[in-house]
Amino acid sequence: MTISWFKYSAPANFYPLAGRMIPWFAGAAVLLTVIGMYIGFVVAPTDATQGEAYRIIFIHVPTAWMAMFGYCVMAGWCAASLIWNTRLSAMMAQALAPTGAMFAFVSLWTGAFWGRPTWGTYWVWDARLTSTLILLFLYLGYMALRAAIDEPRRADRASALLAIVGVINVPIIYFSVKWWNTLHQGATISATAAPKMAHTMLAAMLVMIFAAWFYAIAVTLHRVRSIILEREAHTDWVRALATGAPAGQAGRVGTEASR
Amino acid sequence: MNERATFAAPAASATASDADAVQGGETVGVLQAVRWACARDLLLALRSRAELALIVVFFVLVVSLFPLGVSPEPQLLQRIAPGIAWVAALLASLLSLPRLFALDHADGTLEQLVLAPAPLPALVAGKVLAHWLTNGLPLVLLAPVAGIQFGMETDAIATLTLALLLGTPTLSWLGAVGAALTLGTRAGSALLALLVLPLAVPILIFGAGAPESVAVGLGAQAHLSLLGAGLIASWVFGPFATALAVRIAYE
Repeated sequence: MTISWFKYSAPANFYPLAGRMIPWFAGAAVLLTVIGMYIGFVVAPTDATQGEAYRIIFIHVPTAWMAMFGYCVMAGWCAASLIWNTRLSAMMAQALAPTGAMFAFVSLWTGAFWGRPTWGTYWVWDARLTSTLILLFLYLGYMALRAAIDEPRRADRASALLAIVGVINVPIIYFSVKWWNTLHQGATISATAAPKMAHTMLAAMLVMIFAAWFYAIAVTLHRVRSIILEREAHTDWVRALATGAPAGQAGRVGTEASR
Repeated sequence: MNERATFAAPAASATASDADAVQGGETVGVLQAVRWACARDLLLALRSRAELALIVVFFVLVVSLFPLGVSPEPQLLQRIAPGIAWVAALLASLLSLPRLFALDHADGTLEQLVLAPAPLPALVAGKVLAHWLTNGLPLVLLAPVAGIQFGMETDAIATLTLALLLGTPTLSWLGAVGAALTLGTRAGSALLALLVLPLAVPILIFGAGAPESVAVGLGAQAHLSLLGAGLIASWVFGPFATALAVRIAYE
């Protein structure tokens, strides 16, 4: 028996698979969010120095992580689409971008509302804040470039190149902003100097991180299904799906993989 | 645009004769391709000197706006001068980026370059070199004037100029990738700004940081070394990334 490594790189094969996976990931995301929120807002003790305001980290930290990680995953899909010229990889990157941008925005937003009671200001030019802001611009640039190009295949390749150039720049941007910040005013605020976390706080945060993961996967899969339908609208299997005909032809269509 | 039309004819004939020469022989070497593309773009730039002057005037204008907008207080101006010079240089280089490929794209020259029997990364490198010589270098030469305007110390001015000399070619390469990716798109220069400016942040930080650290008595060597590293990396990877972006535009 030979394993067909690229079987699910054909949108026709991936579409039903994604449909089967979505309920699992969405269910896990809801469940973990409820558990994480319960531990974070009910079980976890009030912080000695920051009071109740610290509880926003249960949203803030997972979103910040996912924003950064999401960009790397997106760039990975982009690299795959450039190397193997597969349509599905580009569609995955396209589907991931809005979720990543949303996470970057939410992490900035929650950070501002955490900073107000804790630091006394909504915004400081801290290294993390600034680099997350730039990350948000990178996401927006990726989506804007995609939207500006009419042909889908050209949009795939152009935005893939942009994402790869961007991902090389992400660590450079992070460290340059960090050095810039320390040169300017010295680290007045440091997240690493915070007192050690209680076990329940850590548990809540970890649960919330997994919840953010599963949410991102479920939403991306859902969006990629829509993108597949949009872009494969000319194929037989989508037409069969739309007219409600039995998917008997799916096997035949599924073999026309990339291009 | 009229001006472009008048000088386009001789330039096109020059391109054609060069292309004939190329087709007669075998494939062109890398250095030859760089030299040819650079010389062609310099010739074209020389024939539209008014546009070149516009970039310089834009830079001086933006720099002069800051004292009016912020405050004429010398101490404050002296402190923010390197940042202003760099931001003005960034904006000025952004302004000239559409000229890099868009005109050649519009009249079909770029397509011929893609098809030419010469390595495309080398041709692109020649174009970017010419772009820097006509748009980046004038800003480097103007930087001391801006520094004097803002009352900077002499050694800080020297560092600022050196930082611009090392940093502006990297800006040209980042911009070249962006300009090639946005070829023929609807969104135009606002999109180009959104693509290029976030990537240029490290250059801005190190470039503006160098004269600042000289001013406070720390050496600028770390900043200048990092700018130099960026320069080398951009010249190594830039040609290939830009050539790929140009090819994508013609798929």
